[in-house]
Order: sequence, then C-alpha cells, then structure tokens
Amino acid sequence: MNTDFFAACAAAFRLIVEADAGLIAIVGLSLIVSVAAVLIATAIALPLGAVVALARFRGRHGAIVLLNALMGLPPVVVGLAVYLLLSRAGPLGEFGLLFTPGAMVIAQAILVVPIVAALARQTIADAWREYEEQLRSLGAPPRLAVWTLLWDTRFSLVTAVLAGFGRAAAEVGAVMIVGGNIDGVTRVMTTAIALETSKGDLPLALGLGLVLVVLVLAVNAAAYSLREAAHRRFG
Amino acid sequence: MSRAGIGLALSLLATLAAMPVRAQAPFIVLASTTSTQDSGLFEYILPLFKARTGVEVRVVALGTGQALDVGRRGDADVVFVHDAAAELAFVAQGFGIERRQVMYNDFILVGPAADPARVRGSKDITAALKAIAANVAPFASRGDRSGTHAAERRLWQRAGIEIDRTKGTWYRETGQGMGPTLNIAAAMPAYALTDRGTWLGFKNRQELVVAVEGDQTLYNQYSVMLVNPERHPHVKQALGQAFIAWITGPDGQRAIADYKVGGQPLFFPNYAKPAG
Amino acid sequence: MRDRTPALLPLVLDSATVAVAGVPILDRVSFTLEAGSRSVVLGANGAGKSVLLRLCHGLLAPTAGTMRWLGPHAGDPGRFQAMVFQRPIMLRRSVIANVAYGLKLAGIAKAERLARAHAALARVGLAHLAGRPARLLSGGEQQLAALARAWVLEPEVLFLDEPTASLDPAATRAVEAIVGAIHTSGTKIVMTTHNLGQARRVADEILFLDRGRLIERAGVDRFFAGPATTEARAFIEGELP
Repeated sequence: MNTDFFAACAAAFRLIVEADAGLIAIVGLSLIVSVAAVLIATAIALPLGAVVALARFRGRHGAIVLLNALMGLPPVVVGLAVYLLLSRAGPLGEFGLLFTPGAMVIAQAILVVPIVAALARQTIADAWREYEEQLRSLGAPPRLAVWTLLWDTRFSLVTAVLAGFGRAAAEVGAVMIVGGNIDGVTRVMTTAIALETSKGDLPLALGLGLVLVVLVLAVNAAAYSLREAAHRRFG
Repeated sequence: MSRAGIGLALSLLATLAAMPVRAQAPFIVLASTTSTQDSGLFEYILPLFKARTGVEVRVVALGTGQALDVGRRGDADVVFVHDAAAELAFVAQGFGIERRQVMYNDFILVGPAADPARVRGSKDITAALKAIAANVAPFASRGDRSGTHAAERRLWQRAGIEIDRTKGTWYRETGQGMGPTLNIAAAMPAYALTDRGTWLGFKNRQELVVAVEGDQTLYNQYSVMLVNPERHPHVKQALGQAFIAWITGPDGQRAIADYKVGGQPLFFPNYAKPAG
Repeated sequence: MRDRTPALLPLVLDSATVAVAGVPILDRVSFTLEAGSRSVVLGANGAGKSVLLRLCHGLLAPTAGTMRWLGPHAGDPGRFQAMVFQRPIMLRRSVIANVAYGLKLAGIAKAERLARAHAALARVGLAHLAGRPARLLSGGEQQLAALARAWVLEPEVLFLDEPTASLDPAATRAVEAIVGAIHTSGTKIVMTTHNLGQARRVADEILFLDRGRLIERAGVDRFFAGPATTEARAFIEGELP
C-alpha cells in the first residue's frame, strides 16, 4: 500500500511536470463542463432560491424541504434519468446530445441547482430578516428588494456557488452515463480515474486523483482569498 | 460586471460546452465492451482508420448487454461485441444488420498462485471448474450480462454445475467490468475467468497467475454489426458501413493482427467472406 | 427647505390596536399628529413605542381600529415618509451609494442623486467618508449616514425609533443635532426614546405610553414640570424600568 501511494505521487508529479497533452485536454474539459454547468445552474438557482425565500405561497415549506433534500440527489440517478431523456429512444433524442459534453453539462447542472438554490435560500432568508424593515421603509418594491438582497449577500452566494462547483467537479456517476467516457470527447478527470482503476493501473488513477484534488483545492483557495479581500474592503 | 455581461458570458459558455469537442470531423459512435477497450486495441487501430478515411470513431465502452441496449435505442451507429447468442437475437429482432465476424481471442482462467483447487497448468477448463466447485475455492465472476459473463456461465453449464443454485460464499458476482473484477480477484485472492487481452494489460496482478488456458471452448469471437437504419433513420449508415468494410478488410484485419502487448498479439483476425 | 403645504399630515389614529396572539401590544390608541412640532413618544421598555412607530410608518397593520393620513397625498404615503431604526442597516456598498439608494428607488437620474447625496452627507458632516464602505463605519457614523439617507428624501415625516440607544454620548449629541436640523428644514419629527434627558432636549410635546395605552400627552415643559398620571410620574422619578 505504501509503495502504491508513493507510486501515485510519482505518477502525479510526472503527469503535471510533463504537462501531457492528453491530461491537459482532460483537465480542460473537466473545467469547461463543470464551470458551464455551475453557471447555468446558478442562473436558475439564484432566482429560485430568492423566490422560495421571499415569496409567500402555499406549499412553501414543502418547497424548502424538497430543495434541501435534493441536495443529496445521487449523481448516478440523475445520470440515468438524463440518459433516458436524451437517448434517441427518448423524448429529447432528436437533439443528438447523448455522449457529448452538452449532455454532461445538463446532467451536472441538474445536480448543482438544488445545492445553490437551497444555500441561496437560506442566505437570502436570513438577510431579509435583517433588511426587511429598512428596505420597505425606503420604498423598495419586492422585485427590487430581491436584487438588493442578492447583491448584498454576494459573498455568501459565491460560497454557495463554490459548493456547487465542488459537487460537479467531484462526481463521476452522472458524467459517466451520459458522456460515455469517450476518449478525447467526453473523458473528464473523474471518468479517467474510474477507467484507470478498472484497468488496474492504480498508481496512475491515484495520480490523476491527486491532480483533481489539487485543482479543486486551488479553486477554493483562490475564492477564499478573494472573499477575504472583499470582506476587508466592503465589510 | 454588468448583468448583461454575465448573461452573455453564460450563453457563450453554454454554447461552447454543448458543441462536441471536435465538431468538424465526421464521426460515428461505436458501442463496444470494456474488455475490448481496456486491451488498448482501439487506441491502436482507430487512428489508422481515421488516417485512411478522415472519420473519427467515438467508442462508448460498456458491458455487452449495455452495448447492445445502446444499439437497440439507436444511440450508437455500430456495435462491436463478443456474445454470439445475444448478437443473433439482436439481428433477429431487427435492431442490427450486416453482422460480420471480425476477430477472436481466448479466455483464460487466472487464479491464486497458491492454487487451492490444484488446477494450474491444466488444459481442460471443464475439469478445472468442477474442481473449483468441489473445493469451494473462491471465484470472482463479472455477473454483469457481459460477453465474458455469458461465456463463463456457459462453461459452468458444460461442467454440469448449476451455478445459481450452488453459489455459496465462494462464488462472488461483482457486477462490474473485467478490470474491477480482476482487482477484486487479486485482492481476495480468487479464481476468475478473463479474456487474454485484459489480462495482458492488467497491472494489478498481485498473486494472480494463469491457471488454465488453451481449451477450445475458451474461444471468444468478436463480431461487428450496423445498427439497423430502418429502425433508426438517423444512424450514419454510410460511415458505419465504411468502418465495417475497413475492419473486415485487409487493412483492418492486418491492424488487428499487428496489435501486440509485450510482444504477443492479443486478437486474431478471422473475417471470412461468406461463400457465394 | 420643504414645501409648507403638508401632503400627508395630519395623522389620525382611532382606537388603533395591534395584538399578537390575542395579546394587545398597542391598546386602543387614539391621537392626531399635526405638522410642525417634534413629537416624542416616551415610555418604559415594552410599552409599545416601537410598535406604535411601525404602525404609523405603515410597516404594521392594526388588528383593530384605524390609522389614517388626512393629507391630499394619503394614497401614496410611502413617498413622503422615512424612518431611522435603532440599528442602522447599511447596505454592503459605499456610504454615498447607501445615501443615494432611496433616490435610486424613486427613479432619480444618477448625476442628480449623487449630487443630492453628497449634499446630504455634507450636512451631517460625513462628506469625507463618502467613498468608504458603509459597513466599516463606526456605529455613530452609520447612524448619521442613515439620517442622511432619510434626509435626502426630503420626507414630510421622519420617524426615529430609539436612534441613539446603542450610541455613546458624543454620537448621541451629533444625532440629536442633526435631528434638530432636519426639523428646522421642515420635516415633522416623531421619535421614541426611553431617555428622559433626550426627551427634554429634543421634544416639543410628549406622548407617554404605558403598557400599550396612550395615557398622557402634553407639551414637554408642562409634562416634566408636573405629569398628570401616576405612571408618568413614577417613570420620571425612575421607578419604572
């Protein structure tokens, strides 16, 4: 086991230093897919979280419970559902999206929406409790109040978006099923790791895993320092 | 950043990601098996096909059962698997046409170097399986509707063992591909039936060694089929047929024969033009 | 200087009650507020001062009775009022952006609202902090900024809910001075406090609340010289909390 781990570190080091073209392509695709998924999901989830936080409608509490529960949606289940939707034999088959990066973006966006929405809802609801009277006093109509809240809570919302990104970058179940792990087309870091593991090349798989972890750590570290700097500037 | 700017960036990224990575080159989707992919064969022969025709072959590697299912749904253009019974059913049900035999390799039985069932070195798989069952020696099976799994079950049947009934704790179904199953067999350690190609490329052997090989019944035939365009009109018929013609033609067959791991060929091309 | 013709005032409360789970926080309060004077609502903690202010400002609705503006613009009450709370809620942006926020909501063009906001900040003595992130200001400075934010709207009525309760004496004096200036510029002041000294300094008239009921109303000098009710007397002498 120890030799496996050192072999893995050596493999990871070699991968990064040699900047293997294949690895770069895989890392690039992983980032594009996950970032695109998170952006699309955020565009849907922020308004959704705001509505559930602020609007008064019947079934609101049910909606909150549902959003929180969907955070734990198993990626492989989402993958299977999207696969059945996008398959030629399925309702959206005519778009030919199965086994393309587009399908992976869709599947990951579905996974990320509940996370960003549930966290945004909590953030916005808390902020509304603090701001409500003052905003109403100043004459902010509900729709404008929402934008003001979203802007004021922007740093907490960024954290929520990052949580969504972490989920997308780390999952393998959904992208494996809807992407097919096609070499050069839909192979991302997580599916590459799964493949190398299944081939028994554990050091390489671990090496890729280390690269992935370092990547996600780097993204989070960058966002954290950004947030701290902004905090110091804006309070 | 203005709201409009964010919106623009968003739609741009979405469009970018929705485009297939190499949108320019013509391509077909080939549904095949994990064992074939893990052997490294595709990485060797497909670039040759692309150089010849400019057509990219996108391989989705699954178990045989799932590969045929993908073909049934029309999500692939060509299917390339190794389970004759399932293939014939596929064609009979109208999902596939132009089935042609392409190549074969063999299955081997691998097992612990300690060899608890004392079968190592035998050329008789039927006797070996009987011995394993008799000694209740640990056995790892794929259990995933794959060609390998189907072949394994036929061998148990030939040995007169009703594996569904007699499986106790010694017969383990992993439900996974060849690689993961070998990982598990290596860890237990246990006997396992594997195709030679995967074995030659498998790096995590630990105590596993080849136990039984060379039996005629371990012969593993691979065939290619075009997904029926009458069932699925969007299937890329011309490109798919070009691939089938190439892989059964002299260039493709030679490429298969030339593919070696550790100096040994993994697969043996055997396309024979049907007489008449 | 504001236009002298009132748009909203007078404000009339008629037996207004605010009850929570059947318990009256405000109990059949009736009064009329006219323009001009600085009205201070005095009372112990829990007397209902904050609820009364929120009722008048329109943040709460009465569970019984009525609250009405009698002026010609009574249909658009929000436009002519502003409120400053005990804790200033500053948005996560610069001081000048905070002060201009209400104007932005009213649809005033950017150049004009920034000009007006700068003028308001200058009047409260915070011109040098215009570009600073508002949340980084001290409590006293934030409250002055909140006052500027309200003042820039040129409200007819300014409600203040214990605006100096969390501030030190120096900041308290600064706030009281600005409140005075706002009044001089033509705004009706309605303020709550439980601080007797402040009431004496700021008020023209006192409305004394006890357990949700308005039990005494008088000019400030007369009230402190000799309150008519026992509760008011006890409050001034420090027996009530």
